[in-house]
Amino acid sequence: MQKNINLTEKERWSTAKKVVELIKELGINFATGVPCAVQKELIALLSTDNEILHISATREEEAIGIAAGAYLGGKLPVVYMQNSGLGNSINAISSLLVAYKIPVLLLVTWRGYPGEDAPQHLPMGKATPKILESLEISYYVLKRENAEETIQLAIREMLNRSLPVAILLIRGVSL
Amino acid sequence: MNREQAIKEIIEVVKNEPNILIISSTGLISRQLFQLHDSPQNFYMVGSMGLASSIALGLASVIKDKKILILEGDGSLLMNLNSIASIGYYSPQNIIHIVLDNESYDSSGGEPTITKIINLDKVAEAVGYKFVKKVSSLFEIHSTLDEAMSKEGPVFILIKIEKGGERNLPRILNLEEVKSRFMEFIKR
Repeated sequence: MQKNINLTEKERWSTAKKVVELIKELGINFATGVPCAVQKELIALLSTDNEILHISATREEEAIGIAAGAYLGGKLPVVYMQNSGLGNSINAISSLLVAYKIPVLLLVTWRGYPGEDAPQHLPMGKATPKILESLEISYYVLKRENAEETIQLAIREMLNRSLPVAILLIRGVSL
Repeated sequence: MNREQAIKEIIEVVKNEPNILIISSTGLISRQLFQLHDSPQNFYMVGSMGLASSIALGLASVIKDKKILILEGDGSLLMNLNSIASIGYYSPQNIIHIVLDNESYDSSGGEPTITKIINLDKVAEAVGYKFVKKVSSLFEIHSTLDEAMSKEGPVFILIKIEKGGERNLPRILNLEEVKSRFMEFIKR
């Protein structure tokens, strides 16, 4: 069991900035999703960047639909959500993104990671990697120190396979 | 008027119109459209129940020079009702949202939905759609759609239809092809 240590606000902002710069360099130009506290800085940047078209969603499943529509129109989308919302969007991810081969970068906060105490997140925390594996969706855990490498691998795979790819974010480890 | 008649009438208006894209919903609506008028301008959303209007919102945020027509049922809209609040909020001018309302989940077993009492056109008005019409005859479909083409959207057209109709419809199998040709059509 690992006890997560919160990063400082300055550290979170610096990682968030780095993540947004990297995904933009690799072609991401559309963002939608449902907020998560762990991604607060990231969402603030994604929703105000001049080179990223941002649409708010009210539910994660809706966000997947919006992202798919933007892709059909020529954009390369990112969707942010917590893993609780991954549960809300499984049908959309499988029967829309995977079935039609629509590449979307999923930034998913991994709540219920070992060491966390919020009991409502523990079942989904345990299930998160297994859910992604069972859908054959590749996932990467973002660590502050190797953000660049992780994001490059994830987006290249997403584009090569034309499929969604997930980057899992852990409080204290990623942001 | 049943589903097939309503969709035929809609096709009459849109078929020769290169500036219209159609996002059709899961089940018999997509299959009927596929049977009557298969075209690269159609995106048949065969899975992801309820998300036709969300796909349209994402598309409309990017593509401004074409009309984007959502063709879905009452069950489909109710499954993702929050989506029309988002459409009302962003108010893309080029969305024409058509709901074929037979007050039932007719692609499954005809089980009743709740639209015998709940008026979806009133919901659309409440969330800010700019032009809302409720119609129940074939003649009105044609004239309302013609009118809607020149209106600033989002437009909402509720078409009350009878339950039932042909169920033996072809299944859409090549989803990657549906996607690719739709994207090509947009770029043309």
